[in-house]
Amino acid sequence: MSLQQAKPPLPSDDKRWKLVNATMRRNGYADHALIETLHSVQDAFGFLDEGSLRFVAASLDLPLSKVFGVATFYHLFTLKPKGRHACVVCTGTACYIKGAGGLVERLQERYDINPGETTEDDRLSLLTARCVGACGLAPAIVIDGDVLGKLDSESLIAKLEELT
Amino acid sequence: MNLDDLADLAEQYRAIDANVEREVRVCMAASCQSSGAAPVLDALVAGLGESQPACKVKGVGCMGLCSAGPLVSIAHRDGSLEESTIYRDVTADDAADIIASLDGPPVERLRCPTDQPFFARQQKIVLENAGIIDPDSFKGYVAVGGYSALIRALSEMTPADVLREVTDSGLRGRGGGGYPTGLKWSTVAKMPATQKYVICNADEGDPGAFMDRAILESDPHRVIEGMAIAAYAIGANKAYVYVRAEYPLAVERLQTAIRKAKRSGFLGNKIGDTQFSLEVEIRLGAGAFVCGEETALMASIEGLRGQPRPRPPYPAESGLWGYPTLINNVETFANIAPIVREGGEWFASIGTERSKGTKVFALAGTITNTGLIEVPMGTSLRDIIEVIGGGIPGGKAFKAVQTGGPSGGCIPAQHLDIAVDYDSLKTLGTMMGSGGMIVMDETSSMVDVARYFMEFCMTESCGKCVPCRTGTQQMHSILDRLAKSQASRAELALLEELCEVVQATSLCGLGQTAPNPVLSTMRYFRDEYEAKLGDA
Repeated sequence: MSLQQAKPPLPSDDKRWKLVNATMRRNGYADHALIETLHSVQDAFGFLDEGSLRFVAASLDLPLSKVFGVATFYHLFTLKPKGRHACVVCTGTACYIKGAGGLVERLQERYDINPGETTEDDRLSLLTARCVGACGLAPAIVIDGDVLGKLDSESLIAKLEELT
Repeated sequence: MNLDDLADLAEQYRAIDANVEREVRVCMAASCQSSGAAPVLDALVAGLGESQPACKVKGVGCMGLCSAGPLVSIAHRDGSLEESTIYRDVTADDAADIIASLDGPPVERLRCPTDQPFFARQQKIVLENAGIIDPDSFKGYVAVGGYSALIRALSEMTPADVLREVTDSGLRGRGGGGYPTGLKWSTVAKMPATQKYVICNADEGDPGAFMDRAILESDPHRVIEGMAIAAYAIGANKAYVYVRAEYPLAVERLQTAIRKAKRSGFLGNKIGDTQFSLEVEIRLGAGAFVCGEETALMASIEGLRGQPRPRPPYPAESGLWGYPTLINNVETFANIAPIVREGGEWFASIGTERSKGTKVFALAGTITNTGLIEVPMGTSLRDIIEVIGGGIPGGKAFKAVQTGGPSGGCIPAQHLDIAVDYDSLKTLGTMMGSGGMIVMDETSSMVDVARYFMEFCMTESCGKCVPCRTGTQQMHSILDRLAKSQASRAELALLEELCEVVQATSLCGLGQTAPNPVLSTMRYFRDEYEAKLGDA
């Protein structure tokens, strides 16, 4: 293992930073642990803000531009905070054939947000995914991590309205 | 450990369940879980309780017929727990009826006939354990003969023997390219290097494909065993599984399997008391289709943006961190244990002359039976779609089947009798891809489908090379205008020209194959493009 440089101080005393640090330590603070570390930041905080990117860059001894480049390259990473609930509409081919496009349009209309955006009251984020691999259930929707299938737009909106 | 020790161990694990007369198996793969399999499992466990020790309830992997989930199967001891009844669309409320019927005739209203072609016409090699064993149970895998191929390779075969069997089997890469697996392995094996790597590509970015997901969720040890055999054959001691973060259940089961295999001495140091050691690590993808491309995938493992680089040098020569690297897809690795167990010749006796073995396909779209099937190479498309898949629901007519995802193309009705293998699909302007098949009925617009795939390739292009970055964008804007009946004939000609340029000049597979959906729909459904012309 290479010599360890002085590590930057944690951005805040939030306990979740310990999880992030644990991921980096497990990988020996190697630069190739960047994606794993970003996953762990996003798992803990829900998104990647500038402070966390700076912290990760300093900890792994990487230029901030590179960390930012990786964070924006991959679709799964988001630099914007998500709402309390997330509704992911799968837009894979099977879901597309079975009308996922119509679902997205109806949700855009109902909540006045585009995919990737969050409602003003912070309640709901509308997202799209390339394929969640549940093609048998097309069109597939993931609400807060639970995959639901074969929904039409009205029953989907009814489900979303139930969320607090 | 030698083969006899392992056989004893398997016997020991089977003895645990020796008094079990019946097994109630609940499909706990992602698709059935989404349709509510977990409450069914709970209700069955609660209902049976300790009252019937001869009956065991367990969660298993994918049974295939996702459209009828949640699925439950009942297996009886006679026929070594093989004779099964399958129940479809089961709810927790049905648990009582299922339990009550265990000693008598099956519950007719839930029954899914197992003699229907969907089940009867399949031949399972990769999926032989799926739907039968508990994917989280190490003992369950060993009890059905798991890890015997690895121990056999380590104790009775030299790396060269393993390479010969794999070469003799004629297995070709299941990720889509169809490159001969034996040749790839031999190339890496020949490299003089102290460090080599094995990578399992479990990124499966093709929309409409879920074979790798189902294999990882149903039989994760099988994939690990295949990787370990590969590592032994080529001389690697470190392996990575690059898996999609969108597949949390697959990741979890894989983690469990790696942990248990390590604890039992099938991974880690001195496997089976030989000099062979292997560490397997999981790397999570972060949602980039281009990472299915091997050089981009390696960049991603190195913590960089997933951008491809020109080949040569091929990964076999200079791969991960510059060392020789073997990259295969999940399904390829899942084929290895049976090849070592039964011999390469046995495998080569299945399939067609130039495509050996079986292939797992994911059937989706407007088709009666959506789900996962495994058939010998060379099965006709008509058999797959009309017989096994049950045809098009709702009395509509078949229009086309899309294979190979964004790199593939659409096959129209007049070519349904073609035998599916790597080469025949190429002659139709499409490709096998990883095995996704999306069936479309007469209501689908092919211009729309082409636009959909181009939008996909445009947003997924990594942006490194100009033809792919700007070419896909231009093609998408023409297709968009076409779909809105605003494009001129000159633009249609430009679109065709762009297809050729992007195909010929892009850096990696993403760009080189991006025009395929456009070219194949233009070839077979030219009239739809003509009808959409603004000045027509």
